[in-house]
Amino acid sequence: MPMKIGTEPFFERVDHSLHDDFMRQAMVSAQDSLRNRKLAATTEDESLLDWELWRNAGEEIRRHTLENLDYYLEQLSEHYAARGGHVFFASTAEEANQYIQETIQKKQAKRVVKAKSMVTEEIGLNEALEDIGCHVLESDLAEYILQIDDHDRPSHIVVPSLHKNKEQIRDAFKEKRGYSASEKPEELAAFARKDLREAFLKAEVGITGCNFAVADSGTIALVTNEGNANMVATLPDTLITVMGMERIVPSWEELDVLVTLLCRSAVGQKLTTYVTGLTPDLEADSIDSPKDYHLVIVDGGRSKALGTEFQSVLHCIRCAACVNVCPVYRHIGGQAYGSIYQGPIGAVLSPILGGYEEYGELPYASSLCAACTEACPVKIPLHELLIKHRQRYVAGGGHPKVSEKLSMKAFGMGASSPLLFKMAREVVPTMLAPFTQDDRIEQGPGPMKLWTKIRDFPAPSRTNFRKWFADHTQKMGDDL
Amino acid sequence: MTRGMIQHREPFLNTIAERLGRDRRQSLHKPSWQYQPQLEVYKGHSQENLLTIFIEACESVHTEVREIVTMDLARRLNETIEDYGGGPIVIGKDQRFVDFKLMETLQAFEVHQWDLQLRQENIEKAAEANIGISFSDISLAESGTTVFLHNKEKARAISLLPRCSIVIIPKSTLVPRITQAVQEIDQRVKAGEEIEAYINMISGPSNSADIEMNLVIGVHGPVKVVYLLVNDR
Repeated sequence: MPMKIGTEPFFERVDHSLHDDFMRQAMVSAQDSLRNRKLAATTEDESLLDWELWRNAGEEIRRHTLENLDYYLEQLSEHYAARGGHVFFASTAEEANQYIQETIQKKQAKRVVKAKSMVTEEIGLNEALEDIGCHVLESDLAEYILQIDDHDRPSHIVVPSLHKNKEQIRDAFKEKRGYSASEKPEELAAFARKDLREAFLKAEVGITGCNFAVADSGTIALVTNEGNANMVATLPDTLITVMGMERIVPSWEELDVLVTLLCRSAVGQKLTTYVTGLTPDLEADSIDSPKDYHLVIVDGGRSKALGTEFQSVLHCIRCAACVNVCPVYRHIGGQAYGSIYQGPIGAVLSPILGGYEEYGELPYASSLCAACTEACPVKIPLHELLIKHRQRYVAGGGHPKVSEKLSMKAFGMGASSPLLFKMAREVVPTMLAPFTQDDRIEQGPGPMKLWTKIRDFPAPSRTNFRKWFADHTQKMGDDL
Repeated sequence: MTRGMIQHREPFLNTIAERLGRDRRQSLHKPSWQYQPQLEVYKGHSQENLLTIFIEACESVHTEVREIVTMDLARRLNETIEDYGGGPIVIGKDQRFVDFKLMETLQAFEVHQWDLQLRQENIEKAAEANIGISFSDISLAESGTTVFLHNKEKARAISLLPRCSIVIIPKSTLVPRITQAVQEIDQRVKAGEEIEAYINMISGPSNSADIEMNLVIGVHGPVKVVYLLVNDR
């Protein structure tokens, strides 16, 4: 499934989410727990000496790497290919999917297991593979749960099934997989272990994402806890890795810093249970390793941020620390964003990858409190980027919705011309007329909807202030 | 080795350079970093200090640690295998089993040693095994981590497929943190050496907190991990 979640407009999605009590409670406790773990492993961990220096180090490395991205990607591809792996550069999601489809079709393979990967979610790889008759199984526990539950969509980039409770998971397992034990997380996980173990052993193709590629050794580093990514990279004969083009470090030296920042910021662990470096190697007689390696490097709109004021969004290491502190995410949850990338990073990234037409409203899903910027381990100025998006959106600089573009343009013109401004004063009441009853707006459109649900909004008066003031002065003058 | 194919690279990288407003970078001198906080962590700590840190870290990754003197290793390994439910056992072809004189102890159990001739049977044996035994190549104090530089005979499946993983950790392999492990790897890369296809840093048993943020120990990899910390010098 591609990046977009759902078909409802933004405000309807928010409205639905605000009425999902379990989900809202789950968001609150997950946020608290993830945030506290992060604090304990970062600012409060004295062994690191000074967390700020780590953030500076992360920012410094990411900035340099993105400024020289073409160089490092070339180096990565050279080293990956030198060790026998194939590299495909995909400008679009379609190109990436097509290459992967062809690779799998050539092998006449059907059974595919996947480790967690946001970029494969972004490009809609599962559907593309199902289209060619593959059986695709997600193996990360959260993704496995979502897949079983009628392909539900992620609500958090680190814990995609955060919005589901254990009873819902139990019921989905029962209905779809004949599960018969209780809702205890241990029993649910044990079931997944057994179910997936068989699939790992039979799979012909393994697909992973990439936390960081190491340019000078051609290595793909994966940062995980469950061991599923290791299964995916050990048992099937073919390994396909899909990476967003910005997920790269110059060498192992920088990998150290970024893995430290990621593990501690995402889940408060010093290191996740598995930090694995995969480098192609075609020793013909090895047994528990792939025989064929493919690396698919995806642009998918990322290059649109390069050389712009949004370049630093590509520094993101997908730790979700910004999501875990966001007061708006806390209330509306992940799915309300309508994108697989939620929270502050989602609100900055989604409009770049998917355009203002689809995601132009997301930068408004923020109170601009700057908690995200403060939490970011690589110091992306997220709240400033949200403001820049809003500026572009209203200025019509991107590709905003036509109605928005027209009305915002009209406002710009109107406000700078006294005559047009006067006209606008008279037009606005007319525009809102369908929603107005006895001088009150009861069911306002767009942003007014939530407000007008609770209370009515006074309709713009047909007698506007200036006119009223002029009349009034006249009257008062008469009285004097 | 046959070189892999690289497809569609030039237009892709040209777009990047164009967006960055310059020509393609042909060469680059990586700057020396202004910030390197990783070099300061546990700097100058004694091996004893690091050991204390390591043991503490193991507790938080749900891993039992048994400290052992070398001459006792065979006996304590036997005891540990019994404590964790006995065989079947799978081990890699690793000279250290011989060097530490462990083969005789292991023969008492149903043990499978990785054998390239047996092909797929190795995987079946590993998947059925109750215990996999391996040696840590580099051990990280900060995070209670064992680092494995795998090859085709020190197979990756051994610390992955069996229900329990016993890892023998020679104390001489202990370093402060991941920094020192990657330095070792980095130096080999820069010297033009080929690094192992699979370098795995493992900190305890596999786990997940995906269901309502409850920690479940033992998901796809081992359910239990125990470290035998050997005084090898």
